[in-house]
Amino acid sequence: MEHHRHDVVVVGAGIAGLYAAMKAGESADVAVLSKIYPTRSHSGAAQGGCAAALGNETEDNWEWHFYDTVRGSDYLGDQDAQELLVKEAIPVMYEMEHLGVPFSRTPDGKIAQRKFGGHFGQFGKAPVQRSCYAADRTGHAQLHCLYEQSLKCGVRFYNEFLVVSLMIEDGVCHGVIALEIRTGMLHAFWARAVMLATGGYARAWKVTSNAHANTGDGLSLVLGHGIPLEDMEFVQFHPTGLYPIGILVSEAARGEGGYIFNKDGERFMKKYAEAKMELAPRDVVSRAETTEINEGRGIDGADYIHLDLTHLGADKILERLPQVHELVFKFAGVDCIKEPIPIRPTAHYSMGGIPTDLDTRVLLDGRETPVEGLYASGECACVSNHGANRLGTNSTLEAAVFGRRGGMAMAEFVKEKGPVVVGTAIPTQHVEDEVAHYRAHEGKERASVVRGELQDAMQNLCGVFRDEEKLSKLVAKIADLQERFEHVGLQDKSKVFNTELNELVELKHMLDFCEVIAKSALARQECRGAHWRTDFSGRDDEKWHKHTLAFKEKDGSLRFEYKPVVITKYPPEARKY
Amino acid sequence: MERQFKVFRYDPESSKKPYFQTYTVDVQKSWTILDALNAIKWEQDGSLSYRRSCRHGICGSCAMKINGKNELACELQVFTLKGVIKVEPLPGFEVLRDLVTDMDRFFGHIEAVKPWLIAGLSPTDKERLQSPEDRKKLDGLYECILCGACTSSCPSYWSNDDFLGPAALLKAARYCFDTRDEGFHERMDVLNSRNGLWRCHTIFNCVEACPKDLNPTEAIVRLRARLAAEKI
Ligand SMILES: Cc1cc2nc3c(=O)[nH]c(=O)nc-3n(C[C@H](O)[C@H](O)[C@H](O)COP(=O)(O)OP(=O)(O)OC[C@H]3O[C@@H](n4cnc5c(N)ncnc54)[C@H](O)[C@@H]3O)c2cc1C
Ligand code: FES
Repeated sequence: MEHHRHDVVVVGAGIAGLYAAMKAGESADVAVLSKIYPTRSHSGAAQGGCAAALGNETEDNWEWHFYDTVRGSDYLGDQDAQELLVKEAIPVMYEMEHLGVPFSRTPDGKIAQRKFGGHFGQFGKAPVQRSCYAADRTGHAQLHCLYEQSLKCGVRFYNEFLVVSLMIEDGVCHGVIALEIRTGMLHAFWARAVMLATGGYARAWKVTSNAHANTGDGLSLVLGHGIPLEDMEFVQFHPTGLYPIGILVSEAARGEGGYIFNKDGERFMKKYAEAKMELAPRDVVSRAETTEINEGRGIDGADYIHLDLTHLGADKILERLPQVHELVFKFAGVDCIKEPIPIRPTAHYSMGGIPTDLDTRVLLDGRETPVEGLYASGECACVSNHGANRLGTNSTLEAAVFGRRGGMAMAEFVKEKGPVVVGTAIPTQHVEDEVAHYRAHEGKERASVVRGELQDAMQNLCGVFRDEEKLSKLVAKIADLQERFEHVGLQDKSKVFNTELNELVELKHMLDFCEVIAKSALARQECRGAHWRTDFSGRDDEKWHKHTLAFKEKDGSLRFEYKPVVITKYPPEARKY
Repeated sequence: MERQFKVFRYDPESSKKPYFQTYTVDVQKSWTILDALNAIKWEQDGSLSYRRSCRHGICGSCAMKINGKNELACELQVFTLKGVIKVEPLPGFEVLRDLVTDMDRFFGHIEAVKPWLIAGLSPTDKERLQSPEDRKKLDGLYECILCGACTSSCPSYWSNDDFLGPAALLKAARYCFDTRDEGFHERMDVLNSRNGLWRCHTIFNCVEACPKDLNPTEAIVRLRARLAAEKI
């Protein structure tokens, strides 16, 4: 095993990881490890924009953004984190402009802003233009800019390194172990501070907007060290996944004025969110769509409905939504200037994740005790900004704001502690053995079959609507698949670019965190945000206004604890749009 | 419908020379080449290696040569191609394994053009202003997904891989034509070097190859004009 040493190691090169690397890189020696080239990270797929109450187009202020985020989260977000998010959004957006992000502009040259679901002015009144955008390629523009800035800072990139293990001992993190995909060799990276920024996990569903790389690796990496996962039952289904494969049609399409219709040509959102219509938050719209489809009002009775942009006109579509136009044409053969787009909900975003404090330090007990030297930010983390439901454009924002905070916190920590010592007594042999074991995997099962069955099960049993029967079935199914995983054989025996091995490791992660999702969802007996139990009616603040913490015990079983939600300003109220 | 795929195979660990392997796949309507490769990998032959991630043409992972043209496998629909479909790694880059090429050199060239905003102090509490017209000058430059299809199609690059290549030069243009940028002089040396702008012979392969319909050649020509103007 080759050994390396850096002050800071960041795992993941999306917006969160790169912002952290760039910030820490101003004073520390930083390495970024990513299983794909940085610019391939899924942050680049973000289209619609990044929220900040700049007030460039319509009057706005952070307090309204705060209120919307709290309500959007169905009061499960921690309000200290949410307040930080919306306040720091403003300087961070300006900083990104200074760094070079090519934002679209208003006629007077400021950063352009558009409407997005769930964002309103005057404490929930009329839609406000809060999403800062670069056409509908905002994430792409941000990701590339941050990558380039990290290069400028001298950040060292280890591209196509798959992190397979964390070196944690006695509550202190000393680094990570990674598989160099190109050679099949293992490397130990010793660091004073490690940040996990491994992104989301919606690949566990069959219909998803997520990239193949979004397999939630960071989650199961910490779970094995006794660190809990928080609020994993809250998974966002985005209302406008392109039918049938689920790639995303940006919410910008509705922000710019798109309508959704059922087979009778009815703008059915008026039945579900009379005031806010298509711009209600995602959980509300996805449930409405699913109800329409379940009740036979999908287009031609099939399981999709229509998103119609035709009334926006060619000019607006081509200027503001060029990528949407290109995507639906390439992948569905639909010219959205002339015809409606077939859509349905698609698994999109993970609200839950690795519990952290406001400086992104990972919490060993999920409450207040940090693991020394371990940080997490972006979609894999849970501080919790989004609670039970995230608002569109708040997640690239979270990745930027908290990636940045984490970068600064790590730099500070390194200054305090000095450089790390290589090769303290942490054994690494077991990782070599584990990888060797994977390589030698023999058996008649195929990873793709196990994965496919897992994705089907998550799709059918843990979707927009859930109940005890479905979730119990799911728990049993996952146990069965975990058992079958042991009999998966590898056909590829090569060490060089063995992507079958990568997929096997990723499948193991997926099985691990899906078990947590299923059991967390089964335990939570209420409807809140994106977690909707048809066998319970409504939100139950008395019993369930609390965060889930799932711990993996030494014997492999899961133990649940719950912790209170941080309320600083807004106690729970009924949520209506 | 059943279709045949003739796929380039190479594993440096085996004693076998590179060869083509033919797979028959039952493809469904609206499948892309990537869907077909996934079907091969997941149902027939787990040892086939290729890169992919976003599967909708934005991450740039899956550029490869398909029926003789550089394409994104995740965007190209199978039904648009006739007969046996030949799938090869991007030309001009070293093959690491099957359809996977070495991209380190490519990314090194991107870094060489100093692809970051070079500008004096910015206002501390607000954004810098840029008119919509000035912002428009970046359209056609900032959308590049760094897939490598252009550079890999460039005969000048084939003959000398020290040439920065169209993708890196397009990236240079993205910054040089940003009205907020003041770094043209800092980039001039590398643009004007032996391996910079002048090695392009305006063959336009890159324009043909770009899956995002960008025009690196035009960017190169405009950079040359700027260089000439600055020298005077
Ligand atoms: C299609 C789509 C559109 C979206 N649009 C918007 C939008 O308009 N606005 C908005 O705010 N949000 C949007 N989101 C959500 C938002 O893009 C993501 O939540 C956010 O970008 C996540 O950033 P990240 O840095 O946490 O992770 P990612 O960008 O996903 O990066 C994860 C990184 O981790 C690395 N990694 C993972 N596992 C390992 C491992 N084991 N070893 C090494 N490296 C590893 C990967 O290589 C990658 O570099 C969208 C999401 C999708 C799917
Ligand atoms: S898989 Fe991302 S561009 Fe093809």
